[in-house]
Amino acid sequence: MLSPAALQQIDREVAKYPPQRKESAVMSALRIAQTERGWLAPETIEFVANYLEMPPIAAFEVASFYNMYDLSPVGRYKLTVCTNLSCTLMGAESVAGHLKQKLGIGFNETTPDGKFTLKEGECMGACGDGPVALVNNVRMCGKLTPAEADRILAELE
Amino acid sequence: MNMSEKVILHSLHLDRPWSLETYRSTGGYDTLRKVVTEKMPAEDIIAQVKVSALRGRGGAGFPTGLKWSFMPRSFPGDKYIVCNSDEGEPGTFKDRDILLYNPHQLIEGMAIAAYVLGAKVGYNYIHGEIWDAYERFEQALDEARAAGFLGKNICGGDFEFDLHAHHGYGAYICGEETALLESLEGKKGQPRFKPPFPASFGLYGRPTTINNTETYACIPYIVKHGGQKFLELGKPNNGGTKIFSVSGHVNKPGNYEVPMGIPFAELLELAGGVRDGHKLKAVIPGGSSSPVLPADVMMDTTMDFDAIAKAGSMFGSGAVIVMDETVCMVRALERLSYFYFEESCGQCTPCREGTGWLYRVVHRIEHGQGRPEDLALLDDISGNIMGRTICALGDAAAMPVKGFLKHFRGEFEYHIEHGKCSV
Amino acid sequence: MAQIEIDGKQVTVADGSTIIEAAEAAGVYIPRFCFHKKLSIAANCRMCLVEVEKAGKPLPACATPVIEGMKIFTHSEKAVQAQKSVMEFLLINHPLDCPICDQGGECQLQDLAVGYGGVSSRYQEEKRVVFNKDFGPLIAGDMTRCIQCTRCVRFGQEIAGQMEMGMAHRGEHSEITTFVGRAVASELSGNMIDLCPVGALTSKPFRYSARTWELTRRPAVAPHDGLGSNVALQVKQNRVYRVLPRDNDAVNECWLSDRDRFSYEGLYSEDRLNKPMIKEGGQWRECEWKDALEYAANSLNLIRQEVGAEQLGALASPSSTVEELYLLKKLMTGLGSGNVDHRLRHSDFSADAYRQGAPWLGRSVASLQELDRVLLIGSSLRSEQPLLAQRLRQAVKRGAHLNVVHVADDALLCRVAHKLIVAPDALAQALAQVVKALGERAAVDAEVQPLLAGIEVSETARSIAASLTTGENRSVLLGNVAQHHPRYALLHRLAQEAARLSGAAFGVLGEAANSVGAYLAGALPAPGGLNAGQMLATPRKAYILLGVELERDSYNGQQAMAAMQGAFVVALTAYKHRAHEFADVLLPIAAFAENAGTYVNTEGVAQSFRAAVAPRGEARPAWKVLRVLGNLFELDGFSQDNAEALTSEALGNTPLADKLGNALRPGMNLVLDKPDGGRLQRIGEVGIYQTDSLVRRAASLQKMSAAPRAWMHNSLLAQLGLSEDETVTVRQGDAAIQLSAACDDTLPAGCVRVAAGHEQTALLGGLFDEIRVEKSKGQQQTAEHTPS
Ligand SMILES: Cc1cc2nc3c(=O)[nH]c(=O)nc-3n(C[C@H](O)[C@H](O)[C@H](O)COP(=O)(O)O)c2cc1C
Ligand code: SF4
Ligand code: FES
Repeated sequence: MLSPAALQQIDREVAKYPPQRKESAVMSALRIAQTERGWLAPETIEFVANYLEMPPIAAFEVASFYNMYDLSPVGRYKLTVCTNLSCTLMGAESVAGHLKQKLGIGFNETTPDGKFTLKEGECMGACGDGPVALVNNVRMCGKLTPAEADRILAELE
Repeated sequence: MNMSEKVILHSLHLDRPWSLETYRSTGGYDTLRKVVTEKMPAEDIIAQVKVSALRGRGGAGFPTGLKWSFMPRSFPGDKYIVCNSDEGEPGTFKDRDILLYNPHQLIEGMAIAAYVLGAKVGYNYIHGEIWDAYERFEQALDEARAAGFLGKNICGGDFEFDLHAHHGYGAYICGEETALLESLEGKKGQPRFKPPFPASFGLYGRPTTINNTETYACIPYIVKHGGQKFLELGKPNNGGTKIFSVSGHVNKPGNYEVPMGIPFAELLELAGGVRDGHKLKAVIPGGSSSPVLPADVMMDTTMDFDAIAKAGSMFGSGAVIVMDETVCMVRALERLSYFYFEESCGQCTPCREGTGWLYRVVHRIEHGQGRPEDLALLDDISGNIMGRTICALGDAAAMPVKGFLKHFRGEFEYHIEHGKCSV
Repeated sequence: MAQIEIDGKQVTVADGSTIIEAAEAAGVYIPRFCFHKKLSIAANCRMCLVEVEKAGKPLPACATPVIEGMKIFTHSEKAVQAQKSVMEFLLINHPLDCPICDQGGECQLQDLAVGYGGVSSRYQEEKRVVFNKDFGPLIAGDMTRCIQCTRCVRFGQEIAGQMEMGMAHRGEHSEITTFVGRAVASELSGNMIDLCPVGALTSKPFRYSARTWELTRRPAVAPHDGLGSNVALQVKQNRVYRVLPRDNDAVNECWLSDRDRFSYEGLYSEDRLNKPMIKEGGQWRECEWKDALEYAANSLNLIRQEVGAEQLGALASPSSTVEELYLLKKLMTGLGSGNVDHRLRHSDFSADAYRQGAPWLGRSVASLQELDRVLLIGSSLRSEQPLLAQRLRQAVKRGAHLNVVHVADDALLCRVAHKLIVAPDALAQALAQVVKALGERAAVDAEVQPLLAGIEVSETARSIAASLTTGENRSVLLGNVAQHHPRYALLHRLAQEAARLSGAAFGVLGEAANSVGAYLAGALPAPGGLNAGQMLATPRKAYILLGVELERDSYNGQQAMAAMQGAFVVALTAYKHRAHEFADVLLPIAAFAENAGTYVNTEGVAQSFRAAVAPRGEARPAWKVLRVLGNLFELDGFSQDNAEALTSEALGNTPLADKLGNALRPGMNLVLDKPDGGRLQRIGEVGIYQTDSLVRRAASLQKMSAAPRAWMHNSLLAQLGLSEDETVTVRQGDAAIQLSAACDDTLPAGCVRVAAGHEQTALLGGLFDEIRVEKSKGQQQTAEHTPS
């Protein structure tokens, strides 16, 4: 189900915790699985649960509790735009509006070519750089303006 | 007031300030070495932390020295220390800069804390969205391990401590310390009922001390220079410097490490003042859950726990959200209420049901469908949430409502009456 | 002890009690939803907020420990305002569909809303709607009604030992659910229905069939395992609609196994026998009771006169009552036959002459929870005694070591300290290892010592022995698989020695609801009489069957069926089953709930019960039938006119405890032979929902019961050239059946696990005897070659 490389990464996470506490690595393991598979299908969650010897429903609780896990397929690039107060004061609404118009989709939608998914995010702890957006959960883009947003879209092949 | 003395963000001007090499060049890890090789008595260090009047930087402002003295240090078996880098309170972004630009000072602070508190293992729980900071911190851990500042026989002594990074993945509530512990254990981040407190029943049910990133990062300074010097950087009962995250309608948003007790006006000036040509309307002084204060009250206050409390709000995490006269307060509250609604963990009734109700009422007012009885209803709902939940998120959701209604009630009334905004 | 004040009343309560417990002791009720005395404290519903002097805010009574001098106000303005506000929050998203909700009338939310709810809702927005999920045949979910108290989730984690329910998502979107579309599988799942304070989880078999206020509660004792769970039957118009637990901390606490909860459906099976029937010239015909009884009595009498009383045999189900078993024995004695037995699934009776008392648990049920060390031998405990497994789980949670010697490695849903999993014919060897290891610390009994000569002690056996010699409270327990085993006497003797050497209490887990009672009532061969095994191995000319479904209740169904051929059989039965094929007289008897009587549970406690409903059709309580038979035979002592009179006659005046005992008298001829190894062995333990004829006909439980398959280790599959899921032919003796092959690498080598008690496996041979498995000839091919 997961590649040897992914399993190796999971093993490294498991090693951070006491031997009887494998399930502590579930957040990392789900992240690693999601990165490899694109999203967390029930089978993927169950695989991770079995790997960490925890009940599948417990892993599902985790996968559904934290916002950055995707329980349904997303585009190749998931753009999560923070619209919380600081970012909004600093222009998040116009950036989000621009992205929606440019991509022709609303929040929680994916472009028909499967390339982009747009999500609304909560505070990312980077308000000084607001407005900010996160690309695929890992790349933080700050000081966004409609023009800057265009530049980033173009960069994502 | 010595504006140039920095406790944490002191090496930003240096090349690769996050590297072990740079940190060592500023005397980094010397304090840890001294503590370990001289076998400094733990009680002495706690005493210094008490003298320093260091108060938790995570929001509650609890005196750190006192918290440490609750830890059953000689209790047999595993004990843990945990760092709270799950910074997610809207407006707060200081811990990210500590992780990005001075991770080793945090590691050193935690290692000293572990020495004092009798922990062999520590975890740093890092907000999932700041992935660059997580990776930077993992790198720093590798460097510190390789250099013998973590692991067995630290600095050649018999002190052993290992530290690991754990990431969140998009849940504000994990900033609450017991939700964080649950999350560390591989569960949903649902806060625990207290008591018992983490000092007696923490991670994996073992004694645990949890502090904020900035709190730990102050420790090397305090141990090196003594608590008194740290105290004198700030004000009595509010020792040290503080990193203020300034965002919103200012010209130069960003983090500013300045002495505790700095007048708000000076901080605003450092941040370049209110954005060009605009007038200050209101400020949320300590992260989104602290009640909003109008401009005049703010301009008269200094920035420390006691002064902000006196002004009718909360110092919180030191996150200052500045709003100018273009801001519709109903819209601002609507966005904040949505946040708490979205982030409630859902386990306790008043918060699970009440945050959604609050949001929907504010939303309705904002969209011109308010009813005359709505303001009383908002007062009631927030009153019924406050003090009745498992964790303080309930209060955090209710307080902004109370704050906005207290100082800007007129704007809400206008919305209800006219179905539109007065701004 | 702490002295506190609740609503002005002074009370003294134990230190560390919570306010809610203290209030209960003082007779003050504090409203609650999430709190449950047997579950961990969640403090999430907030319904129990009370005012405490000097506390700034209202405190949850369920989670706040009392301290000396505390002043608590549960009904002050502050407290009531807090409670009312919580109720308002709970109701804003709760559908007000009480009129169509199955919980109506027993809903805690409904009850409390009357006291604490407002008149009209201030919430004007749209209510949350949660899509329903399918939790399987037993639990119906209406999750929009859920108030997120998480009792069901905690039950799974803490009591059932497996987390099947969870709270997914968060905030207002939180939903109680199983893992994506999965049914709840726990054998204790029905308790979640009881725990749910609202109508979110209700009983699927019961739903929509009656309103709770129309039902009358009648106490009864559950009929399926040795525990004797206390139940309440909910009855309307002479029909059992629902079975619920009655609280009894000494027995089932507040829990009930699904088997005890849902088996009542079997009462209404199509297969019920409603009228007496006799077979004449190979044809069945319904007849009057009088005719059937006379026909039975005359025929039995004739046979007795012709071929002698020793040609009569009586076989009874251990779920029959004390009174029935007692009368059966009395009847047979009166007829001059000593051939009576209730141990149909046993295959080794050689300990009979050495038994000194009725085999029992060896300690109280409640004290199982306090055990520190346990050795469980030959038991699939979760299916044999689901709630005893739960008790052991609590012990393990407290730190007990559970050690296992068994033929299969089924999850016990708790930590197992050490286990020896071996083929059935190596079970005694494995146990002998433990005894020998224990013998390294203390002298082994001279009778047992010679058996240990060639035994090599494994590391695991040594660890088990080491574990058994520490801790305070210890038990060695012998389960059903051990009792059915062909070397039961040896296993029993070795277990007894293991218990003696380790200073443990020695217990035999009662197989059925009245196993202990059957011993006490004397449903056993008289001296010189035949036991169940002998009666079937050397067929009799006539049999009386009491409540047994011989083909599915015997050690060797094939042999049992053969014994019935050519015999005259009078079957007292609630169901037609295969008795239709082999019997000559069918006498319909009352089933569970329709009968008065007594069960003695595995702890040796007698529990009597009355009939809750009238028997179906013309069925009559078996004790009455037996009484009439006694009279027809003109025997003395068959004139009792109520069950109670019979009870005291059957159980006598000596305390029951004096008649219990597991230790075997010395002098048995003991041989410990080497495992054969050459032939395949069957592991034929009885499936959880196949234990007796009632549960076998409970439709919803049958949906939970997996079809029997031929389970074996992967290497055996390979050796036989079979692949998983392939249809194979399984043979024992003359019988061949088709099953699908399945792989289970935890099974010992050389074993094929084929569950017993199923209709499909009824005609196979002995539960732990030789078995053969081979590739099936293509079904199609066979069909083609069948001559038309
Ligand atoms: C809803 C909620 C969110 C919180 N978020 C954070 C956070 O992001 N970072 C943090 O350090 N503390 C946060 N806290 C405070 C922690 O619970 C805890 O008090 C703190 O980490 C202790 O560290 P300190 O004493 O060094 O401040 C939060 C508390 C609540 C109730
Ligand atoms: S107050 Fe809210 S976030 Fe905190 S425990 Fe209760 S439901 Fe969860
Ligand atoms: S019963 Fe106390 S909070 Fe639910």
